[in-house]
Amino acid sequence: MSIWANKDTKVIIQGITGKQGLFHGEQMLAYNTKLVGGVTPGKGGTTVLDNVPVFNTVSEAVEATGANASIIYVPPAFAADSIMEAADSGIELIICITEGIPVVDMIQVKRYLEDKPARLIGPNCPGIITPGEAKLGIMPGYIHTKGHVGIVSRSGTLTYEAVHQLTTAGIGQSTAVGIGGDPVNGTNFIDTLKAFNEDEDTKAVIMIGEIGGTAEEEAAEWVKANMKKPVIGFIGGQTAPEGKRMGHAGAIISGGKGTAAEKIKTLNANGIEVAETPAVIGETLIRVLKNEGLYEACVTGQPTT
Amino acid sequence: MNIHEYQAKELLREFGVAVPTGYPAFTVEEAVAAAAKLEGEVKVVKAQIHAGGRGKAGGVKLAKTDEEVKQYASEILGKTLVTHQTGPEGKVVQRLYIEEGSAIDQEFYLGLVLDRSIGRIVIMGSSEGGMDIEEVAEHTPEKIHKEVVDPVVGLRPFQARRLAFKMEVPTKLVNKFSDMVMKLYKVYIETDCTIAEINPLVTTKDGNVIALDAKLNFDSNALYRHSDILALRDTTEEDPREVEASKHDLSYIALDGNIGCLVNGAGLAMATMDIIKHYGAEPANFLDVGGGATKEKVTEAFKLILSDDQVKGIFVNIFGGIMKCDIIAEGIVAATKEIGLDLPLVVRLEGTNVDAGKRILDESGLAITTASSMADGAEKIASLVR
Repeated sequence: MSIWANKDTKVIIQGITGKQGLFHGEQMLAYNTKLVGGVTPGKGGTTVLDNVPVFNTVSEAVEATGANASIIYVPPAFAADSIMEAADSGIELIICITEGIPVVDMIQVKRYLEDKPARLIGPNCPGIITPGEAKLGIMPGYIHTKGHVGIVSRSGTLTYEAVHQLTTAGIGQSTAVGIGGDPVNGTNFIDTLKAFNEDEDTKAVIMIGEIGGTAEEEAAEWVKANMKKPVIGFIGGQTAPEGKRMGHAGAIISGGKGTAAEKIKTLNANGIEVAETPAVIGETLIRVLKNEGLYEACVTGQPTT
Repeated sequence: MNIHEYQAKELLREFGVAVPTGYPAFTVEEAVAAAAKLEGEVKVVKAQIHAGGRGKAGGVKLAKTDEEVKQYASEILGKTLVTHQTGPEGKVVQRLYIEEGSAIDQEFYLGLVLDRSIGRIVIMGSSEGGMDIEEVAEHTPEKIHKEVVDPVVGLRPFQARRLAFKMEVPTKLVNKFSDMVMKLYKVYIETDCTIAEINPLVTTKDGNVIALDAKLNFDSNALYRHSDILALRDTTEEDPREVEASKHDLSYIALDGNIGCLVNGAGLAMATMDIIKHYGAEPANFLDVGGGATKEKVTEAFKLILSDDQVKGIFVNIFGGIMKCDIIAEGIVAATKEIGLDLPLVVRLEGTNVDAGKRILDESGLAITTASSMADGAEKIASLVR
């Protein structure tokens, strides 16, 4: 088990003939992800990579391949439209990797998706991976191990850091979800925590947040009220100055709101232990797993260090 | 991206928002000439910097004569204003705005922002104009009224009206006020603002509704479709290293410490700053080289870090995913040789092709300290600069 993506997920790539689309398409195939097609308007009828068919529109691709997921590597000026095209064509899981989509466009996308069954992950995210089953994103597949710890994060490389710490300690992951660093995104922390809570195979969750907004605080309150599994956290940006965008469009402290200190305080107040530094995310989780009597069940790989 | 008040008012004027007549001035002579073109007895001399709180810091003066305009303009131009938004070092005033005085009756607050938790634009209004709105929100939250915009239909006139009545705008001016709210929303959407704030918005004794101040911030992701707004960028208001970084597509923020950081990924870059602090040192910068960094980009990043005199050591923290560690290592070696680095350099590499990367660093013969983990690296660089 896992959440949202597994070995049966049939994926297409929007923007498959671009440099990013081709490179990551190849990586996804190497991970045995079911990549069934791609879309580039005007290149329909051709094939790329290992005989992957290209279509002009998402609806054609869905009709021909039965795809239920799409991953978007389209430039920012066109990405919002691509998300809406995927949703309109009946795609259930839309992953938007693209960084730099204007906020006003994302406000429209979010509203457009309100009455559609589609789930959007991202934008400006690394995607989602269920180790050993499917990689729908740009994360390095080999650092992951199949297992029982769920990860949800606003940051890409920081997720890799956490996954690496787990894998080297022999702790596998059920699914790792990057929800992205933009101020307006699709799936949020709470959506992901809910899914992990209901997933039989997930025994604990790591939540990686950062400065800006109040998504971590809202998630912490939800955890206290609903979560049946241990959650530990990490918040990046404790040393970030006020009023500056720290790389991610959404990582900004404004009017004294959205600080790491405030978030850590709220997480702690809601019973979530927060790793003091990014280097001890794995250690912190292991300590909590041992306290909860879940450690043995979560060791699914060989510790390497 | 920020712009100056006078630029924001020019933009608002184009959208039909009522603003007082005024002219920018870069010299005292220009200020006097601008004042001569204005009607009325009172002229306002306003410092133009990218920060709020100018009035309290002495950056806004009312002049009744040409002599006073000259006097205030000479005082304010070149002066360093320290406000709650500039930081302790303050900002040097290089531009002025000379504006006609307004016969203020009442002051209000009007602001448009994104509410991130719902992904919609919220219009905020308050009868507490001219005050710091964050303080109003803190102490008298009941005095802030909100309307949430449905992006499908946009802001509706009934919402603007409802806001006006809640804010207790004089009944006979409700229509003029609502019209301004509608226009400000149009500005927000059509120019891709992240903040559009009028504080104060005033009603005048002769029955007008005027934007007395204006603050517009823009979504940098949307500037590709607004070359006219991009042209308003005043790089002298920004940190020179941040301006240089933006030319090389590097994400860089200057900080006060002495350890330069070079990292891939925004989250890891922030976390690297945090862990340096954890080991008792202070980061000199935030720097994300991005996922597809090349040798050239790494070299530019090193140059940028070293252009900061405060830097006494560098910590490179890379988790190679798509980016391969051997490529990064080659970049580090090439950059170090080119620049002739003589500061302590600690490199932590992890991820794809890590062994090849470490070998390149070892065999380079350069004085590079390698670290086995993020914590190890942070600890090493902290002790090396101590």
